[in-house]
Amino acid sequence: MATARVNALYVRRRARNTIAKSLAYAAAAFGLGWLVLILAVLLFHGVGGLSLSVFTQNTPPPGSEGGLLNAIVGSLAMTLLAIAIGTPIGILAGTYLAEYGRHDKLSSIVRFINDILLSAPSIVVGLFIYEVMVAPMGHFSGYAGAVALAIIVIPVVVRTTEDMLRLVPDTLREAAASIGLPRAHMIVRIAYRAARAGIVTGILLAVARISGETAPLLFTALNNQFWSLNMNAPMPSLPVVIFQFALSPYEEWQKLAWTGALLITVTVLALSILARSLTARRT
Amino acid sequence: MSIASSNASMTVPVATHTGVNAAGLSEKVSIRNLEFFYGDSRALKGINLPLYANKTTAFIGPSGCGKSTLLRILNRMYDLYPGQRATGQVMFDGENLLDAGVDINLLRARIGMVFQKPTPFPMSIYENIAFGIRLYEKLPRSEVDARVEHALRRAALWDEVKDKLAASGLGLSGGQQQRLCIARTVAVKPEVILFDEPCSALDPISTAKIEELIDELKQDYTIVIVTHNMQQAARVSDFTCFMYLGDLIEFDVTEKIFTAPTDKRTQAYITGRFG
Repeated sequence: MATARVNALYVRRRARNTIAKSLAYAAAAFGLGWLVLILAVLLFHGVGGLSLSVFTQNTPPPGSEGGLLNAIVGSLAMTLLAIAIGTPIGILAGTYLAEYGRHDKLSSIVRFINDILLSAPSIVVGLFIYEVMVAPMGHFSGYAGAVALAIIVIPVVVRTTEDMLRLVPDTLREAAASIGLPRAHMIVRIAYRAARAGIVTGILLAVARISGETAPLLFTALNNQFWSLNMNAPMPSLPVVIFQFALSPYEEWQKLAWTGALLITVTVLALSILARSLTARRT
Repeated sequence: MSIASSNASMTVPVATHTGVNAAGLSEKVSIRNLEFFYGDSRALKGINLPLYANKTTAFIGPSGCGKSTLLRILNRMYDLYPGQRATGQVMFDGENLLDAGVDINLLRARIGMVFQKPTPFPMSIYENIAFGIRLYEKLPRSEVDARVEHALRRAALWDEVKDKLAASGLGLSGGQQQRLCIARTVAVKPEVILFDEPCSALDPISTAKIEELIDELKQDYTIVIVTHNMQQAARVSDFTCFMYLGDLIEFDVTEKIFTAPTDKRTQAYITGRFG
C-alpha cells in the first residue's frame, strides 16, 4: 500500500527534503566549527601560560615575567560595583513594567527604549560616560568604568525581571490578594519568590555580559600597570589588558593576553552553565 | 426583608423571601441593583440577591452568564484590573463594600476566596498557612503552630501533611493543593468564603472531599460557590441562583430550583437543554 504512493511527486519531495536537511546541517557545522576552533586556539595558547604567578603577580613591564593580579582584581571590583548599581535599578524597573505599569502607555515606551539600550553598541556607552563623568572629573577612574558597565547591566536585568515576573500566573496574584495581602507585599513575597531563579539567572547573564566588555572601559577606567584599589583613579581590567597586551610586540605580554582571554572565557562559561542549571531546576 | 426588586424576573424569589425569613435566616450580604461593566460592555444587569449567613448559595448558569463576575465583585477582585467597574450596592455588615473608602485588604481578609485552579504560594506547606495568619496578627510561634494545625484540620488535610509541613506546597497533589488553599483561606478567619469552581480541575474523589468540606464549613462561614456542575450545586448548596446573560433569572431554595423551577429558562438549563 505504501509503495503505491511512491510516485514522482513523492520522490522529488524527498530529494528536496534531503537537500534542505544537508544545507541545515552544513550551516550548523560551519557555525559551530569556528566556535570550536576559537576555543581550541584559546586553550592551546592560554593553558600554557597558566601558572600561580598569573594570580599572584601584577602586570609586568615589557620584556619581563609577571601576572594578571591587578587586572583580575580591577575587573572584579568594577564588575561587583556595576552589578551593585545596575541590579536594583533593573529589578525595580522590571517590576514596574510587569506589575504596576502593565496597562500604562509609559510601559511600552520604557520597554522600547530598554530594548534599544539592550542592543546599543557598548562603545557608545563608554563615550557617554566619558562625557558625563570622565571629562568633568578630569581623569579616568574605576568609578566611571563601573558606571559604564552598570548601564550595560540595567537593560539585561530589566528585561529578564519583566519576563520572569510575567511568567508568574495572575491566579497566584489573585490568590495573594484574596487573603488581603497588599500589592507591594504580594510582589516582594509571592511574585519575586516564584520568579527568583529566573531573576537570578538574568543577573548572572548580565555579569557574563560585562565581564568581557572592553570598549566601555577604554574610555572610562582606562588601564593601570600597577596594583590599585583606588576606584577614583585609573583602574586595570582583564579585557583592556588583553587588548593592550595582545597588540604589543612583546612575547611575554602576548602570552599573558592569551591566558587572560582564557580566564574570561572560562568565567563566562561557568556563569552561563550556572544560569542554565538554575532555570532548568525551575521547570 | 427589604429587597426592592427592579428585575421583573425576580418576582418569584422575592415571594419566597418571606417564607425564608420565617425560617429565621439572616442576610450576611445583600446585593442590590448591582451592575457591572467590563469597559463599555455591561456584564451584570441589575442584580438583587441575598446571601444568607451560615448557608451555602450556589451560582449556576451557562458560560458567560456573569456568575464568576458576580462572585469576584464580592471581594472586589475586579479592582486588580483597570477598566472594570461596578455600580449599585453590596451591603456587608451595614457597609456598601463597593464604596471607594472601603479598605480592600481588610475586606478580603473578611471575605476569602478559593479559586478554580489550586494556587499554593511558592513556599512550604506550613508557611502557606502561617503567611496569612501573620499578616494581621502578631502571635508567638506556638500559637501560630496551633492555628496552622487547626486550619489544616479544618480543611481535612492535617493527617496527610503533618509529617511534611516543611515541604513545598507545590509538591502536593491537585486535590491536596486545593485543600491547602481552603486551609489558607480559613486561617485568616474570614466570615464569608467564595468558591470559584473549586473542583473543576480535580478528580472525582478529591471533588467529593472538597464538597464534604464545604458542607462542614458552612457551620462557621457563609459560603458562596460558582459551579458548572449542576449535581454539585444540588449536593452542596442550600440556595441556588440561576443566571443567564447577565440577568438573575431565578433565586430560591436549592430543592425548589431543581425540582420545580418557575422560569422556563431555568427548567431548560437544569435539564441540560442548553448551556
